[in-house]
Amino acid sequence: MQYTLLIVLLPLISFIFLGLMDSKLKPKVAGIIGTSVLGIITALSYTAAFEYFTMHKIAGVYERLIPLHIEWVRFTEFLHIDLGILLDPISIMMLVVITTVSFMVNLYSTSYMHGEKGFQRYFAFLSLFTFSMLGLVIATNIFQMYIFWELVGVSSYLLIGFYYTKPSAVAAAKKAFIVTRFADLGFLVGILFLSFYTKTFDFGILTSGNPNVFASTVGVSFMGLSVMSWAMGLIFIGGAGKSAMFPLQIWLPDAMEGPTPVSALIHAATMVVAGVYLVARLFPVYEVYAPDVLHGIAYIGAFTSLFAAVIACVQTDIKRVLAFSTISQIGFMMVGLGVSGYGAHEGLGYMASMFHLFTHAMFKALLFLGAGSVIHAVHSNEMKDMGGLRKYMPITNYTFLIACLAIAGIYPFSGFFSKDEILAATFEFSPYLGGVMSIIAGLTAFYMFRLYYSIFWGKGHKHAHDHTPHESPLAMSIPLIFLAVVTIFAGFIPFGHFVTSDLANYDIHLDMTVAVMSVSIAIFSIGIATLMYRKESKIPNIMGKTFSHLHKSASNRFYIDEVYIFITKKIIFKNISTPIAWFDKHIIDATMDGFAGVTQWTSVKIKGFQSGQVQQYAYIFLLGTLIIAALVLFV
Amino acid sequence: MNFLSIFVLVPALMMMGLYVSKTRKQIQFVTATGASILMILSGVITYMYLSERAAGNMAEMLFTADTVWYAPFNIHYSVGIDGISVAMLLLTSIIVFTGVFASWKIDPLPKEFFLWYCLLSIGVYGFFISTDMFTMFMYYEIALIPMYLLIGVWGSGRKEYGAMKLTLMLMGGSALLLVGILGIYYQSGATSMNILEIAKTTIPIQAQYYLFPLTFMGFGVLGAMFPFHTWSPDGHASAPTAVSMLHAGVLMKLGGYGCFRVAIYLMPQAAHEMSWIFLVLTGISVVYGAFSAIVQTDLKYINAYSSVSHCGLVLFAILMLNQTAMTGAILQMLSHGLMTALFFALIGMIYGRTHTRLITEMSGLMKVLPFLGVSYVIAGLASLGLPSLSGFVAEMTIFVGSFQETDTFHRVLTIVACTSIVITAVYILRVVGKILFGVIQDEHHKHLTDATWFERLSVVTLIIAIFALGSAPFWISNMIGESVLPVVTQLAK
Repeated sequence: MQYTLLIVLLPLISFIFLGLMDSKLKPKVAGIIGTSVLGIITALSYTAAFEYFTMHKIAGVYERLIPLHIEWVRFTEFLHIDLGILLDPISIMMLVVITTVSFMVNLYSTSYMHGEKGFQRYFAFLSLFTFSMLGLVIATNIFQMYIFWELVGVSSYLLIGFYYTKPSAVAAAKKAFIVTRFADLGFLVGILFLSFYTKTFDFGILTSGNPNVFASTVGVSFMGLSVMSWAMGLIFIGGAGKSAMFPLQIWLPDAMEGPTPVSALIHAATMVVAGVYLVARLFPVYEVYAPDVLHGIAYIGAFTSLFAAVIACVQTDIKRVLAFSTISQIGFMMVGLGVSGYGAHEGLGYMASMFHLFTHAMFKALLFLGAGSVIHAVHSNEMKDMGGLRKYMPITNYTFLIACLAIAGIYPFSGFFSKDEILAATFEFSPYLGGVMSIIAGLTAFYMFRLYYSIFWGKGHKHAHDHTPHESPLAMSIPLIFLAVVTIFAGFIPFGHFVTSDLANYDIHLDMTVAVMSVSIAIFSIGIATLMYRKESKIPNIMGKTFSHLHKSASNRFYIDEVYIFITKKIIFKNISTPIAWFDKHIIDATMDGFAGVTQWTSVKIKGFQSGQVQQYAYIFLLGTLIIAALVLFV
Repeated sequence: MNFLSIFVLVPALMMMGLYVSKTRKQIQFVTATGASILMILSGVITYMYLSERAAGNMAEMLFTADTVWYAPFNIHYSVGIDGISVAMLLLTSIIVFTGVFASWKIDPLPKEFFLWYCLLSIGVYGFFISTDMFTMFMYYEIALIPMYLLIGVWGSGRKEYGAMKLTLMLMGGSALLLVGILGIYYQSGATSMNILEIAKTTIPIQAQYYLFPLTFMGFGVLGAMFPFHTWSPDGHASAPTAVSMLHAGVLMKLGGYGCFRVAIYLMPQAAHEMSWIFLVLTGISVVYGAFSAIVQTDLKYINAYSSVSHCGLVLFAILMLNQTAMTGAILQMLSHGLMTALFFALIGMIYGRTHTRLITEMSGLMKVLPFLGVSYVIAGLASLGLPSLSGFVAEMTIFVGSFQETDTFHRVLTIVACTSIVITAVYILRVVGKILFGVIQDEHHKHLTDATWFERLSVVTLIIAIFALGSAPFWISNMIGESVLPVVTQLAK
């Protein structure tokens, strides 16, 4: 399956070409090149997926294929960074997800970004992002993943800051990069620990289950935690940064400053699930050698999910609602992984998490693209500028509704199946956690329908621009329709036949109690949302007043951003950097200047002796002679 | 005379050519031709070196030659190169070449400027091909003196102060060095000052205890080691573009190279026992430089402090005393040389247009200077260690190498050094965000013109080199890795 190399290389070539040509190309040509390259690689990944899932199964277990593998740089006898392609069910699944969403986003952007300055640059960056993300998922070793991890971070930086004349976009891009960089520091140190003890970066060796690999970690511990817990915990910090887990979630809502299709691609479907993918990739290691960390991941995921869901209920910017909803859903995926074990039924959580990753990518991309379509029509992100749009934008309306139903977990939409499996796995792990996750699922249904009603129902408000909103052009509606179709039917994919923790088949059984319960909760929450937001009603205001404290805190995102500003501005800038710079100038440098000063002072003081006046020399000479004579005579 | 000396000869011929040139055209012709020849020569030497190695010549230094220079003191003129010198020669050629084009329209006194510039390159080239400590020291001094005039005459701002400070501090360092070198020579009892000869002897451990700090500090001053780094911000800030490039790009590497070649190679026992002192100092450099860079407002100061941080990492890695970390150190020397030269070139070009280097007085330049802006972003990304650009490979080799030292002291320091990747991102993105992005505030900046052809040539050459090192590091890291080996074996003794 050597041709999979093309899947990665083509976007790179497209990036280089578009990047170098830039404004020499006509915008239209750039759009066509970018989109058609994505079209080609999407077709290639579908072919690859088909070929892999039909032909590379030996005795009911999927093989791991490595069609390409080169040594890139060698560090020590054992440690070397390789670049290669690893094909296994999860990487194939990610290839499909990334190329599909990216293709849709490219197509959508040809129309959405029409007439924007830097249109060519935009498509170059999209290609760069796609290349990096694909490189990340096919990584054969953890260091290759880290390489592409960084590249993904930079592409995200470039795309968030696409409107570089807008200060808020520049600030958001910077914040996203630095927060994730901070997390990457954890990732890097984790890699260093892991590789030092296992003498390898290779995923194949790490996840082979061979205990000899981890022999030298036995008994090594630091501050009460085993070295593997440290390593895997630190690596998870990297994942938590990219996947916006608490408390590193702060960059994601701000990242909505980027163009909306970018949010759909990077900050909903692909890059933000990189952390989930990382944990899934190293899952066998987590499961056996760092179960404490794995459980920690479950609790962090659950907390983040709850936290973000509460905030999503009160945000008024539609993209921010979606951003918090993304954080919350990634929390679900993390919980799925965290509660999972290894093997057929034990591995339900793992399977469910990957399933949710897949379905979420589709319906969340759809939601974002739908939101983009709305924003395109009303030229605003704020709910108050919307309302009653269902009459003007039928396609957007229906596709958005489908996505809302999917995320709310209504049968038979895809979100129902994947979320349900996660809930089932969670209930098996701990009923309390399961209960919490069900409540979050209810909140999800509530805030999504709050969003839906505020946009498409109710009275049409005075729009910022006087023209009537209209449906978006074809290039924008086709992706919406395509993703909506996927969202409707994806739930029926027998996912357990493709992706499982042990690469073997697993038949999913719907747990009826969980299913019935979760659907009823969802319908109940949708009911409340209908009551409150379908028509203008006083309930939201009353609720807001009753819980004014909670409402205010949630609107301000529980003041986490203020904490960060305090840390960066007050502590790092004011209390570390400024004093260091002062110290450098007034102590270190002043000492050096001091040496020079002393030298000069001394020379000024003693230069009088070299006056060139003979009488002075004679005088001193005489004085000296007298003193010596006196000494000789009297001592 | 060995053919390696051609690297010294070409700049000397350039000086003669410059001496007879009259017009600016002629000066440009001479310097451009000379610099191109040097580029080609370093390519040829790399090829020769690699094919010789491939043919199985495993000598420590290749193409060695030795001539008695001053018999009474056993001073020889001896040259020879290994993979590290080859890498440094390549770096020097690239920087000299780009430096010429970056100062294409230097004013006033172009002839004199380039005369001193060529003298400076003689010193640098000579240093890297020497295997004799005395020759090395002589070339080191040759490289130092022109710096004073280049900054003092063609500099900007407080140039007299900067020039004086830089020269005096480096001279101070070289005073320590001279004592160190003489001490090594006499204590080793060798019959020449040739490093390869001395390496075969053992310097008494009592002598190593004072000679090691002397030489390491002597070279460390040049490598901007804390607390002897303050010449760097003031010196660079007042130096003209090409001089900043050559100085930060190559001359600071003399420090790391010397520490490696003289201090550690010749005094392995002391290196083992005393490395912790310098590890602490260089560890401080790494973090301290980065934090200082965050609050600076002058572009050159930011880059100078960033150099303190990056060069600190070079010395830090050398002191880890293992093959991987040392290889990383040399890679970092290359990488830092290229990207800091690119930074200084761009800063010079931006300054030439806006007449300010204060980040508070610039904004939105991306719109009017797209070429320079994009290049600045690339330089920034290289500096913060983006994979596929040179900084990443170097830093990762250093971190992985340093992590092989198992004791808590080294571990903690390594993790502390790792934090620099975050702090670097902070100051780089701060600058990029302030000067390139946003809306243009200053009316005059709306009519700036983008880079001219010679500026583009200079910038593009550096960017290509950064990309090449970052995306295909294997051959160069192998070449360096095997050349580090003799030092590692020496340390293991």
